[in-house]
Amino acid sequence: MDTAGLRDLGKHIAASLSDYVHEAEVERDELVIAARADQVDRVLKFLKDDRRCRFEQLIDLCGVDWPERDPRFDVVYHLLSLSHNRRLRLKVGVNEDQPVPSAVAVYPSAGWWERETWDLYGIHFAGNPDLRRLLTDYGFDGHPLRKDFPLTGYVEVRYDSEQKRVVYEPVKLTQEFRRFDFLSPWEGASYPLPGDEKAEGEEREQ
Amino acid sequence: MGFPGRPLPAGQAQDRALKLVSDELSDKGFVVANLDRVINWARTGSLWPMTFGLACCAVEFMQTIASRYDIDRIGMVPRASPRQSDVIIVAGTLCNKMAPAFRRVYDQMPEPRYVISMGSCANGGGYYHYSYSVVRGCDRVVPVDVYVPGCPPTAEALLYGIMQLQRKIRRTGTIAR
Repeated sequence: MDTAGLRDLGKHIAASLSDYVHEAEVERDELVIAARADQVDRVLKFLKDDRRCRFEQLIDLCGVDWPERDPRFDVVYHLLSLSHNRRLRLKVGVNEDQPVPSAVAVYPSAGWWERETWDLYGIHFAGNPDLRRLLTDYGFDGHPLRKDFPLTGYVEVRYDSEQKRVVYEPVKLTQEFRRFDFLSPWEGASYPLPGDEKAEGEEREQ
Repeated sequence: MGFPGRPLPAGQAQDRALKLVSDELSDKGFVVANLDRVINWARTGSLWPMTFGLACCAVEFMQTIASRYDIDRIGMVPRASPRQSDVIIVAGTLCNKMAPAFRRVYDQMPEPRYVISMGSCANGGGYYHYSYSVVRGCDRVVPVDVYVPGCPPTAEALLYGIMQLQRKIRRTGTIAR
């Protein structure tokens, strides 16, 4: 892997956008950049147009929920440069009430991803021309990928033969939520889980 | 002339019955049969399914349609319109968002109509039973005739379910449903 080149590129980006970008580092041979949420459209424009960056393609745009952190959400952009054969990850931290500038003007393909992120996390994208829900039901209440959203939701459907239509009712589970996993190593274990030592272990070869 | 209760297997007995029928036809110009049996024969012999694949079960449904199991043999031709279908095979996860559309498709089918619920998700939510977006069984939306278990059921299992439906139609034996 061309880690040195990625490091150089990260330095170049951090130097050129010193007001907006507050972190640029190489993690597991991948360049990760953290930027200010309110300027993310400018950062993206730079990453797309700069001669050394040329990230022409937006591969993915998604959200992450960190319920205990102060900027509660992360919006993550994955970019690909075909010219330089390089990839880049851009993260911005954002709160519930804070809109993120839309990336549609820079990458038109961002439209539906922003709709999806809005739908599932409730992150608002200012400037998206069509910020409707994308995946959930019509008239859906809540944002299901938030950690505080109950798994079973609030409503369920059934056909009402008197009203001759499908009606929504509050969830009533006829069977309690079942947990078969009594000895899960993934919850509440105090010892290092098998495989975890690899993540914490010695510095990877460059 | 006696009419047997169930289809005769190929062989001498079948040949004899067929000869009786064709002799009578050439002699008198018509044959007499029980109307309900003829109707059941027609219904079970041309169960046109609505193409309604919702998830991975649809792949096994396609296997059932395709050349190895070939439901064309038993007169089943997948239709693209509910107005031309007799049976709807719910092949996959039925989501809340899909439920009104699914009910509308079912309502548009002409009577007599039958429903085969295919796979765990359609039977009772299956893997997604506790999900916020999945209907816990398609029998909450439409009446179901045959449930095919499996995740997904094999093509043989679906074919068996179809044969069970044929049996059910034959056994019920009424003209009006």
